[in-house]
Amino acid sequence: MTALLSVQNLSVAFGATTVVSGVSFDVQPGECIGIVGESGSGKSVTARALLGLAGPRSTVTADALRFDDTSIADAPPRRLRSLRGRDIGYVSQGALVALDPLRTVGREIGDSLRLHGGLNARQRSERVQSLLADVGVPEPGVRAGQRADQLSGGLRQRAVIASAIALGPQLLIADEPTTALDSTVQAGILDLLDRLRSEGTALILISHDLAVVSRLASRVLVMRGGRIVESGTTARVLTAPRHPYTRQLIAAVPTDRPRGTRLGAPGPGAPFGNSGDPSEAGPVASARPFGNSGDRAEDALETAVPSGSAPRVPEFPKGADGGPGAARGGAPEFPKGTGAAGAREAVVEATGLVRRFGDRLAVDDVGFVLERGRTLGVVGESGSGKTTVARLVLALDRPDAGEVRVLGEPWSAVPERDRRGRRPLVGAIYQDALSSFDPRATVGAILADALSGGRSRRPGTEVAELLEQVGLDSSVAARRPRLLSGGQQQRVAIARAIAPRPRVIVCDEPVSSLDVSVQAQVLDLLDELQRDLGLSYLFITHDLGVVRHVSDDVLVMRDGRVVERGPTEAVFEDPQHEYTRRLLASAPRIAGAAPRG
Amino acid sequence: MEVVSLLVIAFLAVAALAPFLLAPGDPLAIDPLDSFQPPSPAHVFGTDESGRDIFTRIVHGTGASLTIGLAATAIGLGLALVFGLLAGFGPRWLDFGTTRLLEVLFAFPGLLFALLFIVVYGPGVVTSTIAVGLSTAPGYARIIRSRVIQVRTSPFLEASVVLGRSARFRIARHVLPNVAGSLFVLATLGVGQSIVWASSLSYLGLGAVPPAAEWGAMLSAGRTYISSFWWMTFFPGLFIVLSAAATTLLGRAIQQRGRES
Repeated sequence: MTALLSVQNLSVAFGATTVVSGVSFDVQPGECIGIVGESGSGKSVTARALLGLAGPRSTVTADALRFDDTSIADAPPRRLRSLRGRDIGYVSQGALVALDPLRTVGREIGDSLRLHGGLNARQRSERVQSLLADVGVPEPGVRAGQRADQLSGGLRQRAVIASAIALGPQLLIADEPTTALDSTVQAGILDLLDRLRSEGTALILISHDLAVVSRLASRVLVMRGGRIVESGTTARVLTAPRHPYTRQLIAAVPTDRPRGTRLGAPGPGAPFGNSGDPSEAGPVASARPFGNSGDRAEDALETAVPSGSAPRVPEFPKGADGGPGAARGGAPEFPKGTGAAGAREAVVEATGLVRRFGDRLAVDDVGFVLERGRTLGVVGESGSGKTTVARLVLALDRPDAGEVRVLGEPWSAVPERDRRGRRPLVGAIYQDALSSFDPRATVGAILADALSGGRSRRPGTEVAELLEQVGLDSSVAARRPRLLSGGQQQRVAIARAIAPRPRVIVCDEPVSSLDVSVQAQVLDLLDELQRDLGLSYLFITHDLGVVRHVSDDVLVMRDGRVVERGPTEAVFEDPQHEYTRRLLASAPRIAGAAPRG
Repeated sequence: MEVVSLLVIAFLAVAALAPFLLAPGDPLAIDPLDSFQPPSPAHVFGTDESGRDIFTRIVHGTGASLTIGLAATAIGLGLALVFGLLAGFGPRWLDFGTTRLLEVLFAFPGLLFALLFIVVYGPGVVTSTIAVGLSTAPGYARIIRSRVIQVRTSPFLEASVVLGRSARFRIARHVLPNVAGSLFVLATLGVGQSIVWASSLSYLGLGAVPPAAEWGAMLSAGRTYISSFWWMTFFPGLFIVLSAAATTLLGRAIQQRGRES
């Protein structure tokens, strides 16, 4: 069988900097290969080089770069264009902005048909509709007449895929096709790609997310620093990774990795256990005596549920303490009553929160108790109201009904003037750390400001200590946040959040825009700080793997309501609500590494 | 480009602050025997109908033109800052009122507005400066308002609320410095425009009054003779264009740099 695409010793350089070197692989017809790596590993550049789109300032060299019978490296621009349109489909990374906002989706998809297809207008519009129906867009006739901003993220992504497959390409290159999508939507897109593959389209799937790639790809290439460090069949790479970096990547995926386990690499060459390895989890978990004892959380949550709303919230099974989750977490089980049960201080109490926007109930009767030193995860998809809950707890927004109390005293019910003095009790970190910093300030000024309560912007020794606490060098103080990497920015944000010595930190999707291994480091840092400072976290995320890893208890939100709540392991092991089950089923997980995956 | 515009601005600055260094002659000294001389080594830019040296007059007129440009921009921006901050920070009704008022002012062409003002208060350098300042204010105000709102609703201001900072602190520490950056760019861009406007008013006889050396007024005086003695209009015009272009280019360059860094 001859390969559909053959790449031999591909190198791409921008000026004097080589960003991809010595990359070789083949793609057989109808095969899906995955390219995994972090930002800057050269995976996107590789994909663009295959399309002849590496850019005017790039130098692409290869011993062979052949698609079917065409040598991509030598092809004239005209041939390249027809190759791109007809034979190779490309779903770009910024798919959410890949559609022209001023044109209808139908016209966008029709473009490639018009340029390469030779159909008349009516045939084209019929073909567009059948394509949209094909990729699972409901009411294709209506949707074809709409513009990109009228479609949801998932529908837009489907439209982009529709335009990429409009001419029935033999090869589809999808660059991070599901990043930034909710997990159920992501599952739908991956199913769609899988179907296309089974219908005979070869697929190159590029992602930083090993779990996503492992769902579709039969072979995986792991890239780092522009080189392929490991390649092989998906099953082999996941179950018996040879390169330390691959092991690190697999270990960093938080899915199915229980509470209290470190995600980051303990050091090069150290053995990496699979999830649930007690030797790894033990010492950390025992440092947090109540890490996983489900019964304690149950008490707290039950008292938190207002009696009126109790019937709506499904009760999780009694005896969660003996559930498989607690055992799997590797945490030592404590007999009931240890540590004077119930004596734990409630840091945040929310009761019956309601927030209306127009006619829509963004938050509908949400209540919870967050205790000292614990983490409450709030999961849900976009629009589920989880961010509104965060804003209510941060008192950036006032609830229409219900109340938030902090350390037992009124919080949401008092005017801002009275709350201001107690603001330092509640910190926050955000998804986009960079935009939460004043663009004019240096890291040192930001932290000095937070430490001094706004009285000083001159960094002193305290700033250096604070930076050290979050694992940054003190030289960072002189730099501006936008010159730091995403992980470093988030560390600075964490440093700012802990500077006023808060009791609770509201984390709104703090790791969602970070690479998996950086995400692991940030999560580990948060875990460390929680232990050292006795912090409580309200952890908002759409990522089920992350929430499972970080939280003691979890609230599952949908359409503003809490549909399920309970100790994290109990909810994940035995979800009671149908929506939770669907959500869990849609989460991509690494087949080989998960015991029950 | 930036170097050239910097050189032009340096020349203009010297001309405005110490005109005698560049042109030792008297800009008002007439010499009827020497009238209408074309550009020559003795008179680089030629002479006008009264035999006054045009180069000397242009150099000495720089001060007036630049002052008008700077002062008008300052007036415009000052007013705009007040309106922009009111609209950006005030309660919703105030924002609404201010924005509508600005829209009404926008409906008049800027120059018409300036003319109206001069009709009421009489021609002169001061009135034309104020008039130009007033008529540029609505445009600036709109930009400042949107910038204030952009900064005020930005995540880092929210972060500041979470840290427990008062509204006054947030305005002083975050909003004003961030607005000031764009204000500076606006100002450099605006000076060029104001020079052109002020010259236009003088050209219409509503600004500087003859025989004062002012570019617009010189342009106007040369208009009568434009078919025979081109240099009388060409050189004042050239300087208006040069100064406007130089400040605008500089503003652009600053803007660009701000965006990149």
